[in-house]
Amino acid sequence: MNKPHSNKAWFLVLPVFILVAFSAIVPLMTVVNYSLQDIFDVSTRYFVGTEWYREILNNSRLQDSLVRQFIFSGSVLLIEIPLGIGVALMMPKSGKWSVISLLILALPLLVPLNVVGTIWQIFGRADIGLFGWALNSLGIDYNYAANPIDAWLTVLLMDVWHWTSLVALLSFSGLRAIPDAYYQAASIDRASAWAVFRYIQLPKLKSVLLIGVLLRFMDSFMIYTEPFVLTGGGPGNSTTFLSQALTKMAVGQFDIGPAGAFSIIYFLIILLVSWLFYTAMTHSDNK
Amino acid sequence: MSLTLENVTQIVDGQYYINQANLTFEPGSFNVLLGRTLSGKTSLMRLMAGLEKPTSGRVLMHGIDMTGVSVQKRNISMVYQQFINYPNMSVYDNIASPLRLAKESEKSIKEKVMEIAEMLRITPFLSRLPLELSGGQQQRTAMARALIKDADLILFDEPLVNLDYKLREELRIEMRELFAQRNTIAVYATTEPNEALALGGTTTILHEGQIIQTGPTAETYHSPCNVIAATLFNEPPINMIKGHITENEVTFDNMVHFPLTSELNTLSAGEYQFGIRPSHLSLLPKNDDDLEISVQVEVAEISGSETFLHVRNAHFQMVLHLSGVHSYHVDEKIKIYVPTHKLNVFEKDGDLIQASSRRIEDHFHG
Repeated sequence: MNKPHSNKAWFLVLPVFILVAFSAIVPLMTVVNYSLQDIFDVSTRYFVGTEWYREILNNSRLQDSLVRQFIFSGSVLLIEIPLGIGVALMMPKSGKWSVISLLILALPLLVPLNVVGTIWQIFGRADIGLFGWALNSLGIDYNYAANPIDAWLTVLLMDVWHWTSLVALLSFSGLRAIPDAYYQAASIDRASAWAVFRYIQLPKLKSVLLIGVLLRFMDSFMIYTEPFVLTGGGPGNSTTFLSQALTKMAVGQFDIGPAGAFSIIYFLIILLVSWLFYTAMTHSDNK
Repeated sequence: MSLTLENVTQIVDGQYYINQANLTFEPGSFNVLLGRTLSGKTSLMRLMAGLEKPTSGRVLMHGIDMTGVSVQKRNISMVYQQFINYPNMSVYDNIASPLRLAKESEKSIKEKVMEIAEMLRITPFLSRLPLELSGGQQQRTAMARALIKDADLILFDEPLVNLDYKLREELRIEMRELFAQRNTIAVYATTEPNEALALGGTTTILHEGQIIQTGPTAETYHSPCNVIAATLFNEPPINMIKGHITENEVTFDNMVHFPLTSELNTLSAGEYQFGIRPSHLSLLPKNDDDLEISVQVEVAEISGSETFLHVRNAHFQMVLHLSGVHSYHVDEKIKIYVPTHKLNVFEKDGDLIQASSRRIEDHFHG
């Protein structure tokens, strides 16, 4: 069979190509361009090769925030994924209460990021915030603005409050998709509740959890607004995560070159870790 | 262990799911539940299993009242329409799982798994995961899991529905063989009359939560107790014609008249419904008592090497089940032949009065 070949088909691909070029390739290449030059003003620029990259990788403050960032994202995943699954398991399966709990769960997801920061900033204050006041009245010396550990816990708690719902909703939808016959079969087999979870629910949740883990990792790794509003990265640098360090460098100090290099490295880290999660979770399918 | 249902009724939200079911299943028997979708087959099975408690009535196992005893405390297994296996366990572990939960030794588990896998021809796949298998193999795995634990009662809820035609026939034959030497009660739900006939044993016909008829499969087929049973236990459904009998002749729909035959002359005069199976109708006269009727072709439905020929005239519609592929034009005028000794006679309200008679030649294809 010899199908007539038409080059017109390329025209049909063109809109997508233009869209992707403007939305992804051109901006990314601009950053690559910056990261390889030292720019003084519009007409004064020097090509510096990989110098900015070397500088960024050797910058100890950035290394610190990278470590901080991994600890933060790791804690977020360790808390939110199990908690979200737990919440989904406890939710009523159908009826009025199911709808109500879904609505309540969806609420935090609808709150704008800087509002979340503001809510917790007030909520955690010892003088007028319910949370901070309650802790202090219980005799716990809590002050997120002065104590790095308190600041950390507040940022973490804020993220858990904000995003566990997402994992819970994903898991809930995954659980609903399991046919009732599985549960019947398990009870006929006299399987324990743990066995039902381990051998039916968890395997069946795998694909939605993969999405949950990826989304939560990427989002938490890019967290900016909430800690910026809550602590401004302090006390000291204790809650300065990567994106805030980057913003300081690019917008605060106007170091466009190093900031470009930083952005590329940041982007590659997220890509790499997401890929690792993805292959790890899909690979165990075909062991 | 025999299983008895005594006046079992289940009402959900004011609706009768099961209405006064009385049944007894003997150990070693193979029992088919035949009924359309939503006729209550699954509900009845769930009640037998103890997955649900009847609103009223009792479920007895070997004479002991088990009503309300939870499914975990009974020794049953069940195979579903969907292929239910533990998704991240290998086929071997899946089959072994009921025995592992019963804390049997690994050695005896291995023996039993190998034996049952051999029987169901899934030995080569034991180390694979269920999702890496074809539908038929997945269902064999589920069946192996159900069979391995020597349950008192094994329930099959339309297990072959999601499989292709060829596999279905194959597994159907195997099922009978698997149960031939067992002392368990097998209950098998299906919507297909042909499947019930192929499986044999006893057949219980369910309709709208009610048991219409129960008995040995062949007998149930040959003498349907009423119009519903006759309609449900034939594929395509039996043709029903209204008619009446006078002293010396039978009239269908005030149109076709024929003299009373020896089979029908015991009936008193009055209104009746006559049922004739699509497979008994023919295009050529075959018997001395054949009744010739002129009809028009509505549609010829060809299925494999069979043809379902839908015909009508001004008064009634009929379906003929013919072997071989026949093609007809719409509205083509043809003659069909009704063997009058094959008529099932029902009262006006539906109860059977006289089943079709079985002449000698029926034993070859009846």
